[in-house]
Amino acid sequence: MKLPAFEYVAPRSLEEVLTTLEQLGDEAKVLAGGQSLLPLMAFRLAQPAVLIDLANVHGLDGLSAGDEGLTLGALVTHRNVELNRDLGHGFEAIVDAVPLIGHVAIRNRGTVGGSVAHADPQAEWPALLLLFDATVNASNSRGERSIDADGFFTGWFTTGLHDDELLTGVGLRRPPPSARSAFVEIARRHGDFALAGAAVVLDISDGEVSEARVALVGSSSTPRRASESEASLIGSPLDAAAIRQASEIAVQCVDESSESDTSKARYRQRAVRVVTERALRLAGDRALNAAA
Amino acid sequence: MTATTIRLTVNRRSCTARVAVRTTLADMLRDELHLTGTHLGCEHGVCGACTVLLDGQSVRSCLVLAVQAAGRDVTTVEGLDGPEADRLRAAFASHHALQCGYCTPGFLIAATEALARTPISREQLVRELSGNLCRCTGYQSILDAVVSVADAAGGLE
Repeated sequence: MKLPAFEYVAPRSLEEVLTTLEQLGDEAKVLAGGQSLLPLMAFRLAQPAVLIDLANVHGLDGLSAGDEGLTLGALVTHRNVELNRDLGHGFEAIVDAVPLIGHVAIRNRGTVGGSVAHADPQAEWPALLLLFDATVNASNSRGERSIDADGFFTGWFTTGLHDDELLTGVGLRRPPPSARSAFVEIARRHGDFALAGAAVVLDISDGEVSEARVALVGSSSTPRRASESEASLIGSPLDAAAIRQASEIAVQCVDESSESDTSKARYRQRAVRVVTERALRLAGDRALNAAA
Repeated sequence: MTATTIRLTVNRRSCTARVAVRTTLADMLRDELHLTGTHLGCEHGVCGACTVLLDGQSVRSCLVLAVQAAGRDVTTVEGLDGPEADRLRAAFASHHALQCGYCTPGFLIAATEALARTPISREQLVRELSGNLCRCTGYQSILDAVVSVADAAGGLE
Protein backbone atom coordinates (compact mmCIF):
# COMPACT_ATOMS: atom_id res chain seq x y z
CA MET A 1 0.00 0.00 0.00
CA LYS A 2 1.01 3.62 -0.18
CA LEU A 3 2.33 5.12 3.02
CA PRO A 4 -0.16 6.42 5.57
CA ALA A 5 -0.29 10.14 6.28
CA PHE A 6 2.19 11.61 8.73
CA GLU A 7 3.82 14.89 9.70
CA TYR A 8 7.46 15.19 8.69
CA VAL A 9 10.24 17.13 10.38
CA ALA A 10 13.93 17.19 9.48
CA PRO A 11 15.80 18.81 12.39
CA ARG A 12 19.14 20.38 11.65
CA SER A 13 20.81 19.44 14.93
CA LEU A 14 20.92 16.64 17.46
CA GLU A 15 19.54 19.02 20.10
CA GLU A 16 16.52 19.74 17.94
CA VAL A 17 15.95 16.01 17.42
CA LEU A 18 16.04 15.39 21.16
CA THR A 19 13.72 18.28 21.95
CA THR A 20 11.27 17.00 19.37
CA LEU A 21 11.46 13.47 20.80
CA GLU A 22 10.88 14.85 24.29
CA GLN A 23 7.78 16.68 23.12
CA LEU A 24 6.31 13.91 21.01
CA GLY A 25 7.42 10.72 22.76
CA ASP A 26 5.82 7.66 21.24
CA GLU A 27 3.83 9.64 18.67
CA ALA A 28 7.02 10.00 16.66
CA LYS A 29 9.37 7.59 14.98
CA VAL A 30 12.90 8.40 14.01
CA LEU A 31 13.70 7.96 10.32
CA ALA A 32 17.25 6.97 9.50
CA GLY A 33 17.68 4.83 6.37
CA GLY A 34 14.02 3.90 6.30
CA GLN A 35 14.70 0.38 5.05
CA SER A 36 12.85 -1.21 7.98
CA LEU A 37 10.47 1.57 9.00
CA LEU A 38 9.09 2.47 5.58
CA PRO A 39 8.17 -1.12 4.63
CA LEU A 40 6.37 -1.43 7.99
CA MET A 41 4.48 1.75 7.19
CA ALA A 42 3.71 0.51 3.68
CA PHE A 43 2.08 -2.52 5.30
CA ARG A 44 0.31 -0.20 7.77
CA LEU A 45 1.95 -2.15 10.62
CA ALA A 46 3.36 1.15 11.85
CA GLN A 47 1.53 4.47 11.56
CA PRO A 48 3.52 7.07 13.45
CA ALA A 49 1.96 10.51 13.59
CA VAL A 50 5.34 12.15 13.02
CA LEU A 51 8.55 11.09 11.31
CA ILE A 52 11.74 12.73 12.54
CA ASP A 53 14.24 12.50 9.69
CA LEU A 54 17.88 12.44 10.81
CA ALA A 55 19.22 13.26 7.35
CA ASN A 56 20.21 16.83 8.23
CA VAL A 57 21.92 15.99 11.52
CA HIS A 58 25.70 16.03 11.29
CA GLY A 59 28.16 14.01 13.27
CA LEU A 60 26.28 10.72 13.52
CA ASP A 61 28.02 8.94 10.66
CA GLY A 62 31.54 8.48 11.96
CA LEU A 63 33.30 5.12 11.62
CA SER A 64 36.49 4.65 13.56
CA ALA A 65 38.50 1.44 13.98
CA GLY A 66 41.18 1.56 16.64
CA ASP A 67 43.08 -0.80 18.90
CA GLU A 68 40.32 -0.73 21.50
CA GLY A 69 37.52 -1.41 19.07
CA LEU A 70 35.13 -0.11 16.48
CA THR A 71 32.97 2.96 16.94
CA LEU A 72 30.04 3.38 14.60
CA GLY A 73 27.80 6.40 14.51
CA ALA A 74 24.11 5.59 14.24
CA LEU A 75 23.88 6.81 10.65
CA VAL A 76 26.77 4.72 9.33
CA THR A 77 25.25 2.72 6.49
CA HIS A 78 25.76 -1.02 6.15
CA ARG A 79 27.44 -0.24 2.83
CA ASN A 80 29.98 2.07 4.55
CA VAL A 81 30.97 -0.83 6.79
CA GLU A 82 30.96 -3.32 3.93
CA LEU A 83 33.35 -1.25 1.84
CA ASN A 84 35.72 -0.51 4.71
CA ARG A 85 38.79 -2.70 4.38
CA ASP A 86 40.44 -1.53 7.59
CA LEU A 87 38.30 -2.94 10.38
CA GLY A 88 41.31 -4.92 11.55
CA HIS A 89 41.85 -8.27 13.23
CA GLY A 90 39.11 -9.83 15.31
CA PHE A 91 36.22 -8.26 13.42
CA GLU A 92 36.04 -10.88 10.67
CA ALA A 93 32.47 -11.69 11.76
CA ILE A 94 31.44 -8.19 10.72
CA VAL A 95 33.11 -8.61 7.34
CA ASP A 96 31.24 -11.93 6.94
CA ALA A 97 27.88 -10.61 8.12
CA VAL A 98 27.37 -7.21 6.55
CA PRO A 99 27.25 -8.36 2.89
CA LEU A 100 24.41 -10.66 3.96
CA ILE A 101 22.20 -7.76 5.02
CA GLY A 102 19.55 -7.44 2.33
CA HIS A 103 20.96 -6.27 -0.99
CA VAL A 104 23.23 -3.47 -2.15
CA ALA A 105 20.39 -0.96 -2.57
CA ILE A 106 19.18 -1.72 0.96
CA ARG A 107 22.69 -1.45 2.38
CA ASN A 108 23.22 1.89 0.65
CA ARG A 109 20.47 3.40 2.81
CA GLY A 110 20.06 1.15 5.85
CA THR A 111 22.00 2.17 8.94
CA VAL A 112 23.67 0.39 11.83
CA GLY A 113 21.75 2.51 14.34
CA GLY A 114 18.49 1.77 12.62
CA SER A 115 19.14 -1.96 12.65
CA VAL A 116 20.06 -1.94 16.33
CA ALA A 117 17.12 0.24 17.39
CA HIS A 118 14.70 -1.82 15.29
CA ALA A 119 15.94 -5.01 16.97
CA ASP A 120 14.63 -7.54 14.51
CA PRO A 121 15.60 -10.90 16.05
CA GLN A 122 16.58 -12.17 12.58
CA ALA A 123 18.92 -9.26 11.88
CA GLU A 124 22.67 -9.51 11.99
CA TRP A 125 23.79 -6.38 13.86
CA PRO A 126 22.11 -7.15 17.20
CA ALA A 127 23.95 -10.49 17.39
CA LEU A 128 27.22 -8.83 16.41
CA LEU A 129 26.77 -6.34 19.24
CA LEU A 130 26.29 -9.18 21.72
CA LEU A 131 29.31 -10.97 20.33
CA PHE A 132 31.63 -8.01 20.71
CA ASP A 133 30.43 -6.90 24.17
CA ALA A 134 29.22 -3.68 22.65
CA THR A 135 27.85 -0.56 24.22
CA VAL A 136 24.94 1.36 22.77
CA ASN A 137 25.06 5.13 23.14
CA ALA A 138 21.81 7.00 23.54
CA SER A 139 20.92 10.61 24.18
CA ASN A 140 17.88 12.48 25.29
CA SER A 141 17.41 16.15 26.03
CA ARG A 142 18.71 15.62 29.56
CA GLY A 143 21.94 13.85 28.71
CA GLU A 144 23.65 10.74 27.38
CA ARG A 145 24.06 7.21 28.57
CA SER A 146 25.91 4.08 27.51
CA ILE A 147 23.93 0.86 27.61
CA ASP A 148 25.52 -2.59 27.55
CA ALA A 149 24.36 -4.63 24.58
CA ASP A 150 23.87 -7.52 26.99
CA GLY A 151 20.36 -6.78 28.20
CA PHE A 152 19.65 -4.08 25.60
CA PHE A 153 17.51 -6.35 23.41
CA THR A 154 14.52 -7.22 25.55
CA GLY A 155 12.06 -8.86 23.16
CA TRP A 156 10.55 -8.87 19.68
CA PHE A 157 11.57 -5.55 18.12
CA THR A 158 12.01 -4.17 21.64
CA THR A 159 15.04 -2.55 23.22
CA GLY A 160 15.91 -0.68 26.38
CA LEU A 161 15.68 2.67 24.58
CA HIS A 162 13.16 5.09 26.06
CA ASP A 163 10.67 6.94 23.89
CA ASP A 164 12.55 10.20 24.27
CA GLU A 165 15.95 8.74 23.46
CA LEU A 166 17.91 8.68 20.23
CA LEU A 167 20.44 5.93 19.61
CA THR A 168 23.53 7.88 18.54
CA GLY A 169 26.10 5.16 18.06
CA VAL A 170 27.57 1.84 19.10
CA GLY A 171 31.00 0.79 20.27
CA LEU A 172 32.24 -2.77 19.68
CA ARG A 173 35.18 -4.11 21.67
CA ARG A 174 38.04 -5.59 19.68
CA PRO A 175 38.90 -9.18 20.72
CA PRO A 176 42.50 -9.94 21.81
CA PRO A 177 45.17 -9.82 19.09
CA SER A 178 45.30 -13.58 18.56
CA ALA A 179 41.51 -14.06 18.49
CA ARG A 180 39.50 -14.37 15.31
CA SER A 181 35.79 -14.32 14.59
CA ALA A 182 33.30 -15.57 12.02
CA PHE A 183 29.65 -15.25 11.09
CA VAL A 184 27.64 -17.88 9.25
CA GLU A 185 23.94 -17.75 8.49
CA ILE A 186 21.34 -19.84 6.71
CA ALA A 187 18.74 -17.95 4.73
CA ARG A 188 16.31 -19.14 2.10
CA ARG A 189 17.73 -16.77 -0.47
CA HIS A 190 20.75 -14.52 -0.47
CA GLY A 191 19.82 -11.34 1.31
CA ASP A 192 16.85 -12.76 3.22
CA PHE A 193 16.67 -12.46 6.98
CA ALA A 194 18.55 -15.26 8.70
CA LEU A 195 16.65 -18.42 9.59
CA ALA A 196 19.59 -19.06 11.87
CA GLY A 197 22.94 -17.38 12.28
CA ALA A 198 25.96 -17.84 14.49
CA ALA A 199 28.57 -15.23 15.29
CA VAL A 200 31.62 -16.55 17.12
CA VAL A 201 34.93 -15.35 18.52
CA LEU A 202 37.67 -17.87 19.29
CA ASP A 203 41.08 -17.45 20.81
CA ILE A 204 43.45 -20.40 20.85
CA SER A 205 46.68 -20.59 22.80
CA ASP A 206 48.95 -23.62 23.14
CA GLY A 207 46.45 -25.69 21.20
CA GLU A 208 43.57 -24.99 23.58
CA VAL A 209 40.63 -22.63 23.35
CA SER A 210 41.29 -19.76 25.75
CA GLU A 211 38.28 -17.67 24.81
CA ALA A 212 35.02 -18.56 23.13
CA ARG A 213 31.98 -16.45 22.40
CA VAL A 214 28.91 -17.58 20.50
CA ALA A 215 26.02 -15.27 19.66
CA LEU A 216 22.97 -16.68 17.91
CA VAL A 217 20.54 -15.08 15.46
CA GLY A 218 17.06 -16.49 15.07
CA SER A 219 17.01 -18.75 18.11
CA SER A 220 14.65 -16.61 20.09
CA SER A 221 12.85 -13.27 20.22
CA THR A 222 16.23 -11.64 20.78
CA PRO A 223 19.82 -12.47 19.85
CA ARG A 224 21.41 -14.64 22.51
CA ARG A 225 24.82 -15.61 23.76
CA ALA A 226 25.08 -19.41 23.95
CA SER A 227 26.97 -19.31 27.23
CA GLU A 228 26.88 -23.06 27.84
CA SER A 229 28.34 -23.67 24.39
CA GLU A 230 31.03 -21.16 25.20
CA ALA A 231 31.87 -22.88 28.47
CA SER A 232 32.11 -26.26 26.77
CA LEU A 233 34.75 -24.92 24.40
CA ILE A 234 37.09 -23.37 26.96
CA GLY A 235 40.15 -25.59 27.43
CA SER A 236 39.17 -27.89 24.57
CA PRO A 237 41.50 -28.55 21.62
CA LEU A 238 38.78 -27.31 19.23
CA ASP A 239 38.66 -30.65 17.46
CA ALA A 240 35.63 -32.00 15.59
CA ALA A 241 34.21 -33.50 18.78
CA ALA A 242 34.45 -30.26 20.73
CA ILE A 243 32.84 -28.31 17.90
CA ARG A 244 30.03 -30.85 17.53
CA GLN A 245 29.36 -30.83 21.25
CA ALA A 246 29.30 -27.03 21.42
CA SER A 247 26.93 -26.88 18.46
CA GLU A 248 24.56 -29.40 20.03
CA ILE A 249 24.55 -27.44 23.27
CA ALA A 250 23.73 -24.27 21.32
CA VAL A 251 20.52 -25.91 20.16
CA GLN A 252 19.22 -25.56 23.71
CA CYS A 253 19.08 -21.81 23.11
CA VAL A 254 16.38 -22.25 20.50
CA ASP A 255 13.18 -21.03 22.07
CA GLU A 256 10.59 -23.57 20.97
CA SER A 257 7.73 -21.44 22.21
CA SER A 258 8.58 -18.79 19.66
CA GLU A 259 7.35 -21.13 16.93
CA SER A 260 3.75 -22.28 16.80
CA ASP A 261 4.62 -25.18 14.52
CA THR A 262 6.92 -27.72 16.18
CA SER A 263 8.40 -28.85 12.89
CA LYS A 264 9.63 -25.32 12.31
CA ALA A 265 11.22 -25.38 15.75
CA ARG A 266 12.98 -28.65 14.90
CA TYR A 267 14.25 -27.09 11.67
CA ARG A 268 15.52 -24.07 13.52
CA GLN A 269 17.26 -26.31 16.04
CA ARG A 270 19.02 -28.11 13.24
CA ALA A 271 19.86 -24.85 11.49
CA VAL A 272 21.32 -23.39 14.71
CA ARG A 273 23.45 -26.49 15.16
CA VAL A 274 24.75 -26.30 11.61
CA VAL A 275 25.58 -22.59 11.59
CA THR A 276 27.26 -22.83 15.00
CA GLU A 277 29.39 -25.69 13.76
CA ARG A 278 30.33 -23.89 10.54
CA ALA A 279 31.12 -20.63 12.33
CA LEU A 280 33.26 -22.38 14.93
CA ARG A 281 35.24 -24.18 12.22
CA LEU A 282 35.72 -20.96 10.27
CA ALA A 283 36.79 -18.89 13.27
CA GLY A 284 38.98 -21.76 14.46
CA ASP A 285 40.78 -21.98 11.11
CA ARG A 286 41.31 -18.25 11.13
CA ALA A 287 42.66 -18.28 14.68
CA LEU A 288 45.03 -21.16 13.90
CA ASN A 289 46.26 -19.42 10.74
CA ALA A 290 46.82 -16.26 12.70
CA ALA A 291 48.96 -18.14 15.20
CA ALA A 292 50.97 -19.88 12.49
CA MET B 1 4.91 19.64 7.36
CA THR B 2 2.60 17.44 5.32
CA ALA B 3 3.43 18.74 1.85
CA THR B 4 6.28 20.70 0.38
CA THR B 5 7.93 21.85 -2.83
CA ILE B 6 11.25 20.25 -3.53
CA ARG B 7 14.01 20.93 -5.99
CA LEU B 8 16.30 18.20 -7.16
CA THR B 9 18.30 17.08 -10.15
CA VAL B 10 16.93 14.18 -12.15
CA ASN B 11 18.89 12.82 -15.08
CA ARG B 12 21.04 15.94 -15.03
CA ARG B 13 18.10 18.31 -15.26
CA SER B 14 16.83 20.56 -12.48
CA CYS B 15 13.30 19.70 -11.45
CA THR B 16 10.75 21.07 -9.06
CA ALA B 17 7.80 19.19 -7.68
CA ARG B 18 5.12 19.73 -5.07
CA VAL B 19 4.64 16.54 -3.08
CA ALA B 20 2.94 15.24 0.01
CA VAL B 21 5.57 14.14 2.51
CA ARG B 22 4.22 10.60 2.30
CA THR B 23 4.93 10.46 -1.44
CA THR B 24 7.79 8.15 -2.23
CA LEU B 25 10.56 9.07 -4.63
CA ALA B 26 9.19 6.36 -6.95
CA ASP B 27 5.73 7.91 -7.06
CA MET B 28 7.12 11.39 -7.52
CA LEU B 29 9.29 10.31 -10.43
CA ARG B 30 6.35 8.57 -12.08
CA ASP B 31 3.42 10.83 -11.27
CA GLU B 32 4.96 14.31 -11.05
CA LEU B 33 7.91 14.02 -13.42
CA HIS B 34 6.30 11.50 -15.77
CA LEU B 35 9.39 9.32 -15.76
CA THR B 36 7.55 6.03 -15.85
CA GLY B 37 10.59 3.88 -16.55
CA THR B 38 10.92 3.33 -12.81
CA HIS B 39 8.43 0.57 -12.01
CA LEU B 40 6.47 -0.36 -8.91
CA GLY B 41 6.52 -4.06 -8.08
CA CYS B 42 6.22 -4.78 -4.39
CA GLU B 43 6.41 -1.26 -2.91
CA HIS B 44 8.24 -2.60 0.12
CA GLY B 45 11.78 -2.91 -1.06
CA VAL B 46 12.22 -6.55 -2.01
CA CYS B 47 11.70 -6.76 -5.78
CA GLY B 48 14.08 -4.10 -7.09
CA ALA B 49 11.86 -2.88 -9.93
CA CYS B 50 11.97 0.65 -8.51
CA THR B 51 15.76 0.86 -8.21
CA VAL B 52 17.28 4.23 -9.16
CA LEU B 53 20.59 5.92 -8.44
CA LEU B 54 20.57 8.54 -5.67
CA ASP B 55 23.82 10.52 -5.61
CA GLY B 56 25.31 7.67 -7.64
CA GLN B 57 24.20 4.86 -5.32
CA SER B 58 21.45 2.36 -6.05
CA VAL B 59 18.42 2.77 -3.79
CA ARG B 60 14.87 1.47 -3.63
CA SER B 61 12.93 4.51 -4.69
CA CYS B 62 9.85 3.01 -2.99
CA LEU B 63 11.75 3.24 0.29
CA VAL B 64 12.93 6.82 -0.11
CA LEU B 65 10.56 9.67 0.60
CA ALA B 66 10.49 12.24 -2.18
CA VAL B 67 11.38 14.91 0.37
CA GLN B 68 14.53 12.98 1.22
CA ALA B 69 15.73 13.48 -2.35
CA ALA B 70 15.50 17.27 -2.13
CA GLY B 71 18.70 18.90 -3.34
CA ARG B 72 20.08 15.57 -4.50
CA ASP B 73 20.95 13.89 -7.74
CA VAL B 74 18.73 11.13 -9.11
CA THR B 75 19.39 8.95 -12.14
CA THR B 76 16.57 6.84 -13.51
CA VAL B 77 16.70 4.34 -16.33
CA GLU B 78 15.76 7.17 -18.69
CA GLY B 79 18.98 8.89 -17.68
CA LEU B 80 21.36 6.04 -18.43
CA ASP B 81 23.24 7.27 -21.46
CA GLY B 82 26.69 7.24 -22.91
CA PRO B 83 28.67 4.44 -24.52
CA GLU B 84 28.68 2.20 -21.47
CA ALA B 85 24.92 2.40 -21.11
CA ASP B 86 24.53 1.75 -24.83
CA ARG B 87 26.70 -1.37 -24.52
CA LEU B 88 24.66 -2.58 -21.54
CA ARG B 89 21.37 -2.13 -23.37
CA ALA B 90 22.77 -3.79 -26.50
CA ALA B 91 23.95 -6.73 -24.40
CA PHE B 92 20.48 -7.07 -22.82
CA ALA B 93 18.95 -7.15 -26.28
CA SER B 94 21.42 -9.61 -27.79
CA HIS B 95 21.28 -11.95 -24.79
CA HIS B 96 17.46 -11.88 -24.56
CA ALA B 97 17.76 -10.50 -21.04
CA LEU B 98 14.24 -9.14 -21.06
CA GLN B 99 10.79 -10.41 -21.96
CA CYS B 100 8.05 -8.32 -20.40
CA GLY B 101 10.58 -5.69 -19.43
CA TYR B 102 9.05 -4.91 -16.04
CA CYS B 103 12.19 -5.68 -14.03
CA THR B 104 14.56 -4.35 -16.67
CA PRO B 105 14.95 -0.74 -15.54
CA GLY B 106 15.86 -1.92 -12.04
CA PHE B 107 18.35 -4.41 -13.44
CA LEU B 108 19.94 -1.80 -15.70
CA ILE B 109 20.46 0.52 -12.74
CA ALA B 110 21.80 -2.27 -10.53
CA ALA B 111 24.08 -3.49 -13.31
CA THR B 112 25.35 0.04 -13.94
CA GLU B 113 26.36 0.29 -10.30
CA ALA B 114 27.90 -3.18 -10.19
CA LEU B 115 29.89 -2.64 -13.39
CA ALA B 116 31.34 0.57 -11.99
CA ARG B 117 33.21 -1.54 -9.46
CA THR B 118 35.20 -3.81 -11.77
CA PRO B 119 37.11 -6.04 -11.75
CA ILE B 120 34.27 -8.29 -10.72
CA SER B 121 33.59 -12.01 -10.96
CA ARG B 122 30.42 -13.69 -12.20
CA GLU B 123 29.81 -14.93 -8.64
CA GLN B 124 30.06 -11.41 -7.28
CA LEU B 125 27.74 -10.15 -10.02
CA VAL B 126 25.21 -12.78 -8.99
CA ARG B 127 25.33 -11.38 -5.46
CA GLU B 128 25.18 -7.76 -6.58
CA LEU B 129 22.17 -8.41 -8.81
CA SER B 130 20.37 -10.74 -6.39
CA GLY B 131 18.24 -7.89 -5.13
CA ASN B 132 16.35 -7.67 -8.41
CA LEU B 133 13.61 -10.20 -9.13
CA CYS B 134 12.56 -11.34 -12.60
CA ARG B 135 9.55 -13.51 -13.34
CA CYS B 136 10.22 -14.09 -17.02
CA THR B 137 13.78 -14.89 -17.95
CA GLY B 138 15.12 -17.20 -15.28
CA TYR B 139 18.02 -14.76 -14.73
CA GLN B 140 20.73 -16.56 -16.73
CA SER B 141 20.30 -14.34 -19.78
CA ILE B 142 20.44 -11.24 -17.59
CA LEU B 143 23.64 -12.46 -15.97
CA ASP B 144 25.12 -13.41 -19.33
CA ALA B 145 24.39 -9.92 -20.62
CA VAL B 146 26.01 -8.16 -17.68
CA VAL B 147 28.96 -10.56 -17.61
CA SER B 148 29.54 -9.95 -21.32
CA VAL B 149 29.75 -6.21 -20.72
CA ALA B 150 32.22 -6.66 -17.90
CA ASP B 151 34.24 -9.05 -20.03
CA ALA B 152 34.33 -6.78 -23.07
CA ALA B 153 35.62 -3.98 -20.86
CA GLY B 154 38.33 -6.25 -19.51
CA GLY B 155 36.80 -6.14 -16.05
CA LEU B 156 35.69 -9.75 -15.59
CA GLU B 157 37.60 -11.76 -13.01
